[in-house]
Amino acid sequence: MKSSLSSIFKLTKDPQLVKALITKIKQFLSGIERPLKIMEFCGGHTHSLLKFGLDEALKPEIEFLHGPGCPVCVLSHERLNLALRIAQEKEIIFTTYGDLMRVPNSEGISLLSLRAKGKDIRMVSNAMEALSLAKENPKRLVIFFALGFETTTPQTAFLLERARAENITNLKIISNHILTTSVLEYLLSKYGVYMDGILGPGHVSAVIGASSYEGIAQKFDLPIVISGFDPLDILLAVKLLCKKILRKEKEVYIAYKRAVTFEGNLKAKELIQKVFKVRETFPWRGLGEVPYSGLSIKEKYEELDGEKIFESIPENREVSKGCLCGTILQGRAEPKDCKLFGKVCTPSTPIGPCMVSSEGACLAYFKYKGPLY
Amino acid sequence: MCLAYPYQILEITGPFTAKATVDGVSKEIYISLIGEPLRPGDWVLVHVDFAIQKIDEKTALETLKAYYEIFSKQYI
Ligand code: SF4
Repeated sequence: MKSSLSSIFKLTKDPQLVKALITKIKQFLSGIERPLKIMEFCGGHTHSLLKFGLDEALKPEIEFLHGPGCPVCVLSHERLNLALRIAQEKEIIFTTYGDLMRVPNSEGISLLSLRAKGKDIRMVSNAMEALSLAKENPKRLVIFFALGFETTTPQTAFLLERARAENITNLKIISNHILTTSVLEYLLSKYGVYMDGILGPGHVSAVIGASSYEGIAQKFDLPIVISGFDPLDILLAVKLLCKKILRKEKEVYIAYKRAVTFEGNLKAKELIQKVFKVRETFPWRGLGEVPYSGLSIKEKYEELDGEKIFESIPENREVSKGCLCGTILQGRAEPKDCKLFGKVCTPSTPIGPCMVSSEGACLAYFKYKGPLY
Repeated sequence: MCLAYPYQILEITGPFTAKATVDGVSKEIYISLIGEPLRPGDWVLVHVDFAIQKIDEKTALETLKAYYEIFSKQYI
């Protein structure tokens, strides 16, 4: 049993198969009048495309537009500054996922730099670690700064459930959870349909299900193919997407059937619904306020909602000068369009989150194409 | 932050947890988001230490066959 599935995981990276499939896609698209524009929503896909050189290999027939699917990158300055302010409160243990630690605000302050100054800021590898910390430190307030798309939302919901069940009173959660389909819908409504098809995120879709995209495919007349992350998974999805684009089939298709179903993970979705409600609006980096795109904690769980106690913290909306991260997240600019890329802004001296996050487009270009690409 | 990795369940260790392994590395994961019962040997997709979906082995093997077909038609 183990060997059969393990062999798939090897096969999906097989270089010969990858080459064969690239050739096939290029043959299929030969003679095409203009490049097909495909937006990959997820930053994980951006990294795979660049890491394995698929973006270059598929030129000029296909042009990839990088999407907003990088939760750390799209976290707004307001919310980042909120995190930085809370982390400086006395006696607090501030916890969040590692990716956020190095993102600087416009004054160059990051959670990491605050930690170096002695603030108690801890990186957790899962939400439940915040609960353990709260139990181990009953006299201190533990904050979990929760962020992410629907891949991390049910975990936060589970944390809230357990904290409630175990009667933990010194844990507060600040929700920055965001919604995939809302931001897609916003981009397409605001800027028009500037791509021919969308490569749908595999792991978000494992939770929300392919059915969640049906409205978008229909409203905007777009094919959406949900893809896995290994090179062969991506290529198979791209091939299908190209077919659908040329045949004008505007539908949602799952090319990652081993992990994604039409309805998604019902238990996770139920849990999200139980604990969270949709905010009327939420700020995104580069996009501004996006209607119905964020989740806040329901009143039922008020005693665990950190936003209630830190609400009055002043906000700083200033953006780091020259950073194009926001436009890059819309798929309307590339890292090379940023004057700071590779010179002032590098992985060790990042100016914007697109250079920090493991899913950020700038980091991917720097890592796989170099500072002077 | 949206990358998940496949792990195989070794042992159910509690009401919400299991020990799981991939490539010889094992760790404790939460299985509380999975609606169906899990057994040792099952594969799950794990993200920030939580299983977010059970991997459908049958479908995965069908995909494997599809890959082989693509490959063999053109190159063998
Ligand atoms: S290279 Fe740096 S400064 Fe420029 S857009 Fe990317 S993250 Fe922002």
